[in-house]
Amino acid sequence: MQYLMSVIHDQAELATLDEHAAIDVFNDRLRTGGHWVFAGGLAFPEAATVIDNRGEEALVTDGPFVESKEYLAGFWVIEAPDLDVALRLAAAASKACNRKIEVRPFR
Amino acid sequence: MNRAAVSEAVTRAHHEEWARVVAALARRFGDLDIAEEAAAEAFATAVERWPADGVPPSPGAWLTITASRKAIDRLRRENKRDDKHKEAQMLHGNSPPEPPGAIGDDRLRLIFTCCHPALAVEARLALTLRMVGGLTVPEIARAFLVSESAMGQRITRAKAKIKAARVPYRVPSADDLPARVAGVLTVLFLVFNEGYLATGPGTDPVRHDLTAEAIRLTRLVRALLPEDGEVAGLLALMLLIEARRPARVSASGELVALDEQDRAAWDAALVAEGHRLVRERLAAAAAGAAPGRYQILAAINAVHTSARDMRDTDWSQVLALYDQLVRLDPSPVIALNRAIALAEVDGPEVALAAIDRLADTLAGYHPYHATRADLLRRLGRRQQSRAAYGKAIELAGNTAETAYLTRRRDQLG
Repeated sequence: MQYLMSVIHDQAELATLDEHAAIDVFNDRLRTGGHWVFAGGLAFPEAATVIDNRGEEALVTDGPFVESKEYLAGFWVIEAPDLDVALRLAAAASKACNRKIEVRPFR
Repeated sequence: MNRAAVSEAVTRAHHEEWARVVAALARRFGDLDIAEEAAAEAFATAVERWPADGVPPSPGAWLTITASRKAIDRLRRENKRDDKHKEAQMLHGNSPPEPPGAIGDDRLRLIFTCCHPALAVEARLALTLRMVGGLTVPEIARAFLVSESAMGQRITRAKAKIKAARVPYRVPSADDLPARVAGVLTVLFLVFNEGYLATGPGTDPVRHDLTAEAIRLTRLVRALLPEDGEVAGLLALMLLIEARRPARVSASGELVALDEQDRAAWDAALVAEGHRLVRERLAAAAAGAAPGRYQILAAINAVHTSARDMRDTDWSQVLALYDQLVRLDPSPVIALNRAIALAEVDGPEVALAAIDRLADTLAGYHPYHATRADLLRRLGRRQQSRAAYGKAIELAGNTAETAYLTRRRDQLG
């Protein structure tokens, strides 16, 4: 079963060197535990572009699809047998990157 | 067999076997929804069949087998319709291997799943009462004063989340167990408290159905986790509070405070059982087991229920226990209750000074104003006492309590 762990943040600054180091350690733990699928940090929401091509022509909008104080700063996709394991990993992830984590199952 | 005897057998089976049937099916089919529906159908079938066929020698086994057949019928119907994954799920089940030393009762797995921290507290309460307690959705809706459709949705959403996020059907690992047991006890105590002092003006002031259900479920958890001190503590606490129920509300529907209760009306059997449990935990504490908050609260209630009247109460013992509790849980509500004992030991003036420090945090909590009113009354500060009673009455939701506070205010003259 795969889960998306979204990194939620509400400040503009990037991860510190210490946070990066802790994230590397956590990523190694994911790999050795067989939980690693994919992960990445994202650029600021202002760098986003929304495109809607459901109509006649593609509509391009500058900025994220929703404006809010809290934004998606990065994510992990992990493999875990159940929510208890996913939550334990998410707790470690939150500690490592020093941000809130939302855990959401894939269908 | 006559109808009354059969109906009694069904009721008894429902009481004793519901959780077992749901738990066994949840384990076998890996789906709470299927387990709940099939269990309900099995009981409906019992109501139809037992009058003619007689009550089976082992009602629990009969109900489990009948419910399993209903579940398989449903899965076959759904498989025929479309989705293949139901069948895969049925074969695969949802039963990961148990770690060594884990406690292996399906009902315990069911309780931990229903009280999972990933669910909102209201959802945990509702799901536990439905799946473990066997209460119907309308009964639970009435208990928490929400509409049946809202309660039905709450339970459906919780079941859907358990399935989609794969909340495990498992007793937590040893590392997680203390925190998860604490979560289960919180749910049980919330059910009890809602019964003990119902919040709404539109309900009975004391909801015996809810206190009884909370005690029944706590007994079950105690039977499943006999070594857990906090489980024993919570059961003792509930029993010692429940024992006083016959004396807590007067004939005119007014709450009777501890100092005015007719102690002869207390339930002696419940008091004795509660005291036995507290003695068991005191012995464990003497052997080095640090007591948790429920054990300390139970010990406080044991002191109260040991006194023949209010004047006999060993208040210094109560205060010492509150001091212990404050170290464990420095919350303002505990500090308020400690002040009541402090008033008996060091006088109302000292207690009033202690609770005045809580004024900001507890401004919206009616027991704060009621306690303050009583202390001011004892100090002869009538005007201030009257105002504090007024504030408490304004904030209290329970009809019996409002009646009590109003009388105390009016007695100020």
